[in-house]
Amino acid sequence: MNAAYLYSLIAVVVLGLIAYAGVEAAGLDGLFGLVIPYVALLIFIIGFANRMLDWARSAVPFRIPTTSGQQKSLPWIKHAKLDNPTTTGGVIGRMLLEVLLFRSLFMNNRVGFRQVGDSQRIAYKWVIWLWLFGILFHYSFLTVVIRHLRFFMEPTPLLISGLERVDGMLQVGLPGLFISGVVLFAAATMLLLRRIVLPRLRYISMPADYFPLLLIIGIAVTGLFMRYYTKVDISRIKELTMGLATFRPAIPEGEIGGLFYVHLFFVLLLLAYIPFSKLMHMGGVFLSPTRNMANNSRIKRHINPWNHPVKTHTYEEYEDDFREKMIEAGLPVEKEPK
Amino acid sequence: MTGKPKDLINSIDFTPPEKPWDDVDADLSSGRFCYPTKKKNLEYLGMPTTTKDEWSPADEEWPLPDNWQEIIYEGFKDRLEKYRSLKVFMDICVRCGACADKCHFFIGTGDPKNMPVLRAELLRSVYRKDFTTAGKILGRLAGARPLTKDVIKEWFSYFYQCSECRRCSVYCPYGIDTAEVTMMARELLSLLGLNINWVLEPAANCFRTGNHLGIQPHAFKEMVEFFCDDIEEVTGKRINPSFNRKGAEILFITPSGDVFADPGTYTFMGYLMLFEHIGLDYTLSTYASEGGNFGLFTSSDMMKRLNAKMYAEAKRLGVKWILGGECGHMWRVINQYMDTMNGPTDFMELPVNPITGTRFENAASTKMVHITEFTADLIRNDKLKLDPSRNDKFKVTFHDSCNPARAMGLFEEPRYVLNSVCNNFYDMPESTIREHTFCCGSGSGLNTEEIMDLRLRGGLPRANAVKHVHDKYGVNMLACICAIDRAVFPPLMEYWVPEVGTTGIHELVGNALVMDGEIERTTNLRFEPLTDEETEE
Repeated sequence: MNAAYLYSLIAVVVLGLIAYAGVEAAGLDGLFGLVIPYVALLIFIIGFANRMLDWARSAVPFRIPTTSGQQKSLPWIKHAKLDNPTTTGGVIGRMLLEVLLFRSLFMNNRVGFRQVGDSQRIAYKWVIWLWLFGILFHYSFLTVVIRHLRFFMEPTPLLISGLERVDGMLQVGLPGLFISGVVLFAAATMLLLRRIVLPRLRYISMPADYFPLLLIIGIAVTGLFMRYYTKVDISRIKELTMGLATFRPAIPEGEIGGLFYVHLFFVLLLLAYIPFSKLMHMGGVFLSPTRNMANNSRIKRHINPWNHPVKTHTYEEYEDDFREKMIEAGLPVEKEPK
Repeated sequence: MTGKPKDLINSIDFTPPEKPWDDVDADLSSGRFCYPTKKKNLEYLGMPTTTKDEWSPADEEWPLPDNWQEIIYEGFKDRLEKYRSLKVFMDICVRCGACADKCHFFIGTGDPKNMPVLRAELLRSVYRKDFTTAGKILGRLAGARPLTKDVIKEWFSYFYQCSECRRCSVYCPYGIDTAEVTMMARELLSLLGLNINWVLEPAANCFRTGNHLGIQPHAFKEMVEFFCDDIEEVTGKRINPSFNRKGAEILFITPSGDVFADPGTYTFMGYLMLFEHIGLDYTLSTYASEGGNFGLFTSSDMMKRLNAKMYAEAKRLGVKWILGGECGHMWRVINQYMDTMNGPTDFMELPVNPITGTRFENAASTKMVHITEFTADLIRNDKLKLDPSRNDKFKVTFHDSCNPARAMGLFEEPRYVLNSVCNNFYDMPESTIREHTFCCGSGSGLNTEEIMDLRLRGGLPRANAVKHVHDKYGVNMLACICAIDRAVFPPLMEYWVPEVGTTGIHELVGNALVMDGEIERTTNLRFEPLTDEETEE
């Protein structure tokens, strides 16, 4: 699917235009500002919960952690408590390192060939880029989301204004530049370019990979535009968002502008899209049995809820098959032949 | 046919084809597929069969039952409920590509469908079509595709090009385990009677005779006694191991491959010498005469059926605990499945090493101890007299078998033993050992002659790392703790690094072990002179 990113790009542009035209030309401020937000939020919450419950409903018959370190065995052998956990604490530690620091991606390497004489040899090179773009993307996105909580809280909590100060510490321009917004845009763009430029990655990428990236880039671009170029009226936006947050939805007096509605629509689309997409990895990572289980099934019996009886070949049947030969070979038998 | 190593490696090309992967049919020409299971094996095990007795994957029309789509659909649905792993792994992959070049089969073939991400997509695409809203509505746009006979062919091809080694899972940010996906896919294929003979024949043998090779009880005993003759010749000591003996303290179970073929046989001899030397009260069983479990490569039910013998025999003989030999996938089954499937084990006791008194708390529930844990404990407690110089002609490196590595974490025990029994040990590069270890290229039942080209390719990353330490340190011996490795490495090394031999760890233990009352050793267990100089004289 080499044109996959084009489909996705077209989809995002068309969706943006719908919101813009919907508000600017058709005057559907109420639909885009009041109705869709609640609908999208509902889809997100119900969809997300549904997905998690659906996963949780499936059984975990076996303990199948992927072990990435020395097992716990003899006391004088150093046990890798995090990479091969035997306790819940170890598992939590392993998961935290994974979820907060993307540890597995950090170990990533790339296979290549190097010439030795007239023959190639395989060589491995540590590569940091996927980890770097990934972690910048996720943390900048998180920062942006937390910053935006100010639109739903009055007065703005100290934590959020504190975060804003850190985020704006470069003190460039007016209004002050937030690092997170720019990094989000840059990292998402790099992740997108990776998919388009690297042949192997392009080969495995589907519309469902490009679409959310482009949508997020769309969110970032409209956000940056509003903050640094078109300068929307923040107080009116806060009036709208506070109305939504306090369940007294109303479109504020005066102009907010189509660009804001495009931005909002993209965010809501993303929200509603999450439960049906690979973005569910944010919940699924916690349910992955290879990572969230302790490697202790030799120490403590794990129960399989559907462990059903199977037909085995019992010793008695075996002896019946081979009794004569066993006796002849001097092997003990349970039953003497008649 | 496979050409020269140099030409093979130079021909590997990672550039993906022009056509999208779902428009590329699987290559099922001769030499690219494993032979399907003979009907007699399926019938013996009571498994579904194909509609024709004789068929080949190269045939245009496969002998599937009329309702094959329904069978797969129902089987898939059932497994989504039974395995959270499957459901989560179907849903959360973001196709970041971290796994892409971690698979030895991808590295050796350059075939994009051997990238773990695409291997899983083969199944995921069908999952999306049948089980997700987006897939049902958007179809191909959402990465969904209908289940066709070509898809079944593709599954047969690529899920038998995965050795379930779990290396990709280590690098995946969500731990998505292609082994798990492959196991599910193989179960689904089995529902249509599609399996490979190299897996099902050993499984059928094991069901009947107790071991994969179909060795009958009297023959098993004879073969072991034959080892005892060899041991006597080398050491002057006669060993008389017991079989099926009730009341022994310990039941010893090891893969039957080591009874059957070199170089595994030398490892078996090493065990016998070790046990004799320490005066272990143990017995061998002809009924539970297989450590390995080709059920693992078939279905969880088949795994359980074959594995059941271990505990059943331990119970019948009344042993206190079980000691397990060097084998890879056997230890995945023991560590992650056995107690859950066939426990509880309340008829046995917590394993205690009778020589050192060490309590194996890590095996408190399974009651089964790995031989390198056991031997490491003996050495640590100074219970063995060892002369590592008897292995001086070997410069040894160690292959971490996939399963003890990534489904257990057995890293230090074998290295500790190796360092105690030989003077020249060199690890391969970090990115190819321990949890990063590369498969031998023929695990999970792929050790079959007809796909030798594929096996040599799949084994390339491992061989490449061996070649590295061979060039750098003069390594000439590859040690391993897996019977499949011991069958796979001789031809693999012969092709890629012909100067390097293959050994089990306990062969080297047997060489180094100074037994009470032994004669002066002039040869190792292979009847080779202890040093190369003597050959030159």
